[in-house]
Amino acid sequence: MGAYLVRRLATNVLVFFLITVAIFWLVHKAPGDPIAMRIPADQLNSGSAEYIAEQRHALGLDRPVFVQYWFWLTSALQGDLGYSLLNGRPVTELLGERIGPTVELMLIGLVISLLVAFPLGILAARRRNSVWDYGTAVVSLGSVSIPVFFIGLLAIYVCTLRFQWLPSAGIVDPANPGLLDSIRHLVLPAVVLGIANTGTYLRYIRGSMITELGADYVRTAEAKGASPRRVVYRHALRNSLIPVLTVIASNMGQLLAGAVVIEQVFAWPGMGQLAVSSVRQQDYSVIIGFALLVAILVLLFNLLADVLYTVVDPRVRLR
Amino acid sequence: MTDIPAGLPAEPTASSTVGARTPWRTGLRRFRRHPLAPASVVFLLLVIVGAVFAGVISGHDPNAIDLVHARAAPSGAHWLGTDPTGRDVFSRLLHAARVSLGVGLSAAALAVVLGAVLGSLAGLLGRWVDTAVMRLADIFMSFPSLVVIVVVAGVLGPSVPTLVIAIGAFQWPTCGRIVRGVTLSLREHEYLLAARAAGAGQGWLMARHVIPAALPPICVAATFATAQAVGMEATFSFLGLGIQPPTASWGNMLTDAQSLTVIASQPWLWLSPGIAVALTVLAVNFIGDGLRDAVDPRQA
Amino acid sequence: MTEPLLRIDALTVDFPTDDGVVHAVDGVSFDVFPGEIVAVVGESGSGKSVTAMSVLRLLREPPARVSAGALTFRDRDLRAMSRAELRKVRGGPVGMIFQDPMTALNPVMTIGDQIAEAVLLHQSTRDRKAARRRAVELLRLVGVPDAEQRARQYPHEFSGGMRQRAMIAMAIANDPDLIIADEPTTALDVTIQAQVLELVRKAQRESGAATVLITHDLGVVAELADRVVVMYAGRVAETATVEDLFASPRHPYTVGLLKSLPRVDTATDELYAIPGNPPNMIAPPAGCPFHPRCPLARDRCVTDRPELREVGDGRQSACHYAEEVGP
Repeated sequence: MGAYLVRRLATNVLVFFLITVAIFWLVHKAPGDPIAMRIPADQLNSGSAEYIAEQRHALGLDRPVFVQYWFWLTSALQGDLGYSLLNGRPVTELLGERIGPTVELMLIGLVISLLVAFPLGILAARRRNSVWDYGTAVVSLGSVSIPVFFIGLLAIYVCTLRFQWLPSAGIVDPANPGLLDSIRHLVLPAVVLGIANTGTYLRYIRGSMITELGADYVRTAEAKGASPRRVVYRHALRNSLIPVLTVIASNMGQLLAGAVVIEQVFAWPGMGQLAVSSVRQQDYSVIIGFALLVAILVLLFNLLADVLYTVVDPRVRLR
Repeated sequence: MTDIPAGLPAEPTASSTVGARTPWRTGLRRFRRHPLAPASVVFLLLVIVGAVFAGVISGHDPNAIDLVHARAAPSGAHWLGTDPTGRDVFSRLLHAARVSLGVGLSAAALAVVLGAVLGSLAGLLGRWVDTAVMRLADIFMSFPSLVVIVVVAGVLGPSVPTLVIAIGAFQWPTCGRIVRGVTLSLREHEYLLAARAAGAGQGWLMARHVIPAALPPICVAATFATAQAVGMEATFSFLGLGIQPPTASWGNMLTDAQSLTVIASQPWLWLSPGIAVALTVLAVNFIGDGLRDAVDPRQA
Repeated sequence: MTEPLLRIDALTVDFPTDDGVVHAVDGVSFDVFPGEIVAVVGESGSGKSVTAMSVLRLLREPPARVSAGALTFRDRDLRAMSRAELRKVRGGPVGMIFQDPMTALNPVMTIGDQIAEAVLLHQSTRDRKAARRRAVELLRLVGVPDAEQRARQYPHEFSGGMRQRAMIAMAIANDPDLIIADEPTTALDVTIQAQVLELVRKAQRESGAATVLITHDLGVVAELADRVVVMYAGRVAETATVEDLFASPRHPYTVGLLKSLPRVDTATDELYAIPGNPPNMIAPPAGCPFHPRCPLARDRCVTDRPELREVGDGRQSACHYAEEVGP
């Protein structure tokens, strides 16, 4: 297990460096003076020419591109992602205060997805070609085909406008904050995100369960006198979790993308909303910082998938 | 009842169709058996016809501003009403079909080409090239292309090529895996043949054998990739990162719907493009399902 | 005359497929008496495995269609039992051993847990510690060294022979009266086969359980069986004691099988193979299914299906001309 994980970690690190090269190429291509992204706006405006030249030198901006890359990467990895072109605040700070709501949205969305996908997937696998099976196929297909933002708009239309059940924007009602209020604001965005991802998980769960339910060891368990419930949950499900868990981990990137869209539709103050508005306002340092953060997150998720794989599958554990 | 001569085992005559059982016919039969695939083909043809003949079908110019009749509800003059600047929604819808489908198909084509090249390289060159390509595929598959487009469009400005590349370049792994699989299995068979042929013959053999063998599953993958791509274009344009106004795309027709008043009081503005995208993506997905059944019925 | 432990009478199993209905088992009948080892022999596709699985109703119905004149265990009708009653029989009074121990064992459960499960499913207590102890005991019984440690390992850490021993341990966990072994040694190396067979014989001797041994290997039959049931094309061709079968077969197919056994004591240039091909199970030959390959075939064999009939003391044969058959 150790050797396997170390190899995967090494490839991930390598890929990370490649991605940073790509990102830096963009930094280089960004219009405007790169120094504007690296020192706070007030210093830029009030600083003397010598001061700015000093800073330029300290940041390596007067050196060849490769050196610039190195300077940029090392300071980024130490937490200095530059300053927002818009409001001069450090990018790390901006991202830091926005990452919480995004993670909250993603996690609750994931839980909702799985709460729907697991029972339906198991049911569809157990009762193949029945009404349930076709029903879940429909749900799957709908979830995967209909763009998430459209589901969101429909949800707003139905739940907020026609029936006034739930709020459709923001994370909190300043006049009425509290746990219930937070939950009310979370429901719609999280449920929509959940629905949009259910299809992906559902397909894998159903497929995986069908494969396992047809395996020889299931017959052995039945020959021992195990009940159908026991066969499904104690035997087949445990085996089918192996590919499913890895899918969940590698789908996190898509989940993040969905969150970005949902944050736009529901005015949810997360990282995604920040990124999209930064694009509108051409705040390049924030965009670059966002890119770097996402790259790290995606690679971490991939690594998590690898770790989970070794934990869940005893055959890999001892390699 | 025919007399079976002693010594000859009876031949099963199970075929229900009279006529040749070529792979094409079998495939077509299975495709038709799929509940919704044939209907989806019809629907898609309608959409394509609508897109191609958009100008003829709808008399209105999609970009003609008419502030007097802005935000009008559907009527005889404007079948799907008008948008905030008075442009006819139905006309824009049809013209947008061109853009959305065009981007979808181009991105899928890019994905197929990239996938075929990388997949066959992985299958042919083997060992570490294979591992490298597969790891790359894992990473590309798990990377959300939305983020890529946010970043690239954000820094360099949105453009159609950026859009197509951002969508297509992240879909190559599915095709890549298929082509790699076909290449690997063919290598087993063709290896002996290739050993006999001159060294230069090997690559040609691969091209002549790998591609025909991989074509059916690639078609399936390309169809699903198109469906994904159309959906992604809509999402990106909705966020303002894709097709820029005034050019109409189904996605950017929905950008206006980010205000609650629009959602509530002008449903024709956002329901039509939204339903158009949803139905088109569903239809293409059904066609993909049908093709998959046609190509390999064991994958039910 | 003791009562048979297991009665199979006119068992028929059909599988509908896209190309037609496969008649995997077509009117099979035989009995198994307490304490005896009955070998069921036949080629691949003869229907022997399907017969074995039908006893405990392990086939998925649908798609399989199972029907029988009688299918009883200890005089209880196996088809009439509810699912719950059937579960009490499975793994309890009737234990089953499968062919490929790698796929037949759950890869993510320890061996010990899987054997313990067999115990827990049939004891009224839920004492898991006791079940685990019993599992270790059983592993020792079947000859797995370091049983205590091995019980905590996973199937992929066991060799093929040891995995099969673990399967045997699972089958005998609850002192069964009947063991059904579906080609238990086919997937194993030849040297290991002998060990496992010896184990089966030992298990049978010590527990006194009757055993139905499915195999295509006549050598195994000669080693272990008391009686033999020869199957061909989903039907019983012949039944006899093992001595009678080898000394004087009463069905042309059996003759062919015996002739194709390689022999060390006679010098031959070629190995004998029964001429012709195995039958198409969707549309088997009319009349006797063996007639296209049979040296004794006559007109009657093409049109009339031979029924299994008594041809001697406790022997049966499904051949119109059984009396003429000789080695």
